[in-house]
Amino acid sequence: MRGKVLPVLAVVAAILLAWTLAAIPMNIREVLSQAEREGATVQGGTAIERRDASALGLVLANPSLALAGWSQERPRLPSPHQVAIELWDSTIAEEAFSRRGIVQSGEFSKKSLIYHGGVTLSATLLGFAFGTALGILLAVGIVHSRTMDLSVMPWAVVSQTIPIIALAPMIIVVLYSVGVQGIIPKAIISAYLSFFPVVVGMVKGLRSPEPSQLDLLRTYGASAAQTLWTLRLPASVPYLFASLKIAMAASLVGAIVGELPTGAVAGLGARMLAGSYYGQTVQIWAALLTAAFLAAGIVGLIGVAERRVLARMGAPA
Amino acid sequence: MTLVLLALATWAAGWALASRLANGPGAGTRAVRLGLPLLFGGTALVMWELLVRGLDVPRAILPPPSAIALAFGQNLGTLWADTVQTILKGALTGYALGCAAAVLTAILVDRVDVLRRGLLPVGTVMAALPIVGIAPILVMWFGFGWQSKAAVVFVMVFFPMLVNAVAGLRDATAMQRDLMRTWGASPRQALMALKLPAAMPFIFNGLKICSTLALIGAIVAEFFGSPTVGLGFRISTSVGALALDVVWAAIVVSALAGTIFYGIVALIERGVTFWHPSQRP
Repeated sequence: MRGKVLPVLAVVAAILLAWTLAAIPMNIREVLSQAEREGATVQGGTAIERRDASALGLVLANPSLALAGWSQERPRLPSPHQVAIELWDSTIAEEAFSRRGIVQSGEFSKKSLIYHGGVTLSATLLGFAFGTALGILLAVGIVHSRTMDLSVMPWAVVSQTIPIIALAPMIIVVLYSVGVQGIIPKAIISAYLSFFPVVVGMVKGLRSPEPSQLDLLRTYGASAAQTLWTLRLPASVPYLFASLKIAMAASLVGAIVGELPTGAVAGLGARMLAGSYYGQTVQIWAALLTAAFLAAGIVGLIGVAERRVLARMGAPA
Repeated sequence: MTLVLLALATWAAGWALASRLANGPGAGTRAVRLGLPLLFGGTALVMWELLVRGLDVPRAILPPPSAIALAFGQNLGTLWADTVQTILKGALTGYALGCAAAVLTAILVDRVDVLRRGLLPVGTVMAALPIVGIAPILVMWFGFGWQSKAAVVFVMVFFPMLVNAVAGLRDATAMQRDLMRTWGASPRQALMALKLPAAMPFIFNGLKICSTLALIGAIVAEFFGSPTVGLGFRISTSVGALALDVVWAAIVVSALAGTIFYGIVALIERGVTFWHPSQRP
């Protein structure tokens, strides 16, 4: 464990450092234009000449001004501390101290990332549940029916070469026109993205018992259903968990993308889209990081459940 | 109503024929393996057509396949321009650059143990993240043209490819590596003669996964801003105009492109990793 934590921390620190440093040249042009408007002398020529000059050269020519790249209001690349402050402001601070927050108004603030994250998370979980159930059912069908195996499985593969996300705007608009809206369309997109890993993993898992084990159940005269319950399903659990992790990540992507094309007002995808329209880069990054934490969090939870369940089932530690 | 009944009859007939073929004497042959999925797809298309007509589903909700085929034929020129913009320029450029960068990084990571222990967990987490979220940022940085789409694709394919390539480079067994050492092979020779060939099945697995990711990335990035050409642009504007037959035609194009893309990678894989158990008949 310790041999792992230190290198990971070092890599994360290196990424943060590189990010912080990159924020200076990325923002230098805006910084210089702003400084010029305020009357400072700027090296590196006029605004037009600066547009074609290299960013690094501009930083070296104006070392005293360049550090302002860390405190721009709408930076091209916000530095990590700006994103951290935005994250704090739009979660804990918004909920605890603002009059819209949960402490004073009794419900989550519409401006807080906790609220938006919750909206996206509920669609993710619902779609994940649909997708997993559908995937397991399909896998059971494929394992038991040769016809389904030969005719459906290739299409399950083809369905994944279709960029499903291209369907997202249409699914949402069409469902809206028949009166279904809110969480369901997003959940359907999530389910579509998450069923495939489950199908593939479960088919492999349900077929993982050895021939000798299957033979044993045949000598006991077990029916197909009994074989499924006592042998195939327990044997497929490790495969199921591996696919669940992939499916959960795919499901979150589906929920976020489902919020993009419809002008949704709530959810992490909506925050990103609004941030992109109004140039609020810090807001985009904060929403992105929230999505990252969410994904890492739930996948981690599945990992914990996996270890518990497999330990209970007697897997070697 | 007759049409609906006809659809159900089609399904029953298709299923009966399929199970006959699947359980019959010729079940293992190549013809059946190819024919069954086609039969399934054909049956589904006929049912779709009959159900949409039989139940009078409005065109603005679900057009029948015949209308989609018609829209496809009428918009061939536009759709080809969209394909060039989104797939040939955006997706392929990003895919090639991203996969190449990932494999090179993997070689470096494999060489330096600290990097492997530190970067690999981070890479695994990154591969699971909703990377599409960076699309608005990259569109802001690289403009509305295909360059920003290539950038999105680059970031999307990088981490899955990296994780696969690193796993592949470690696939050579200790025994094989020892053999290289006894022969006095330099690290470069060991890489070229042992590690890279051994990693090929993993690398191709990554290439296949990334081929679908690349299309998704390029199309989604167009939702955040694009010139007036491109598959993502076509889909989002046609949805707005409720021209769903054009939307479906664009989806058919992307599905075709995705399948062809995947097929080409799979073909190259068969040529390169002919020795691997999964490729042997």
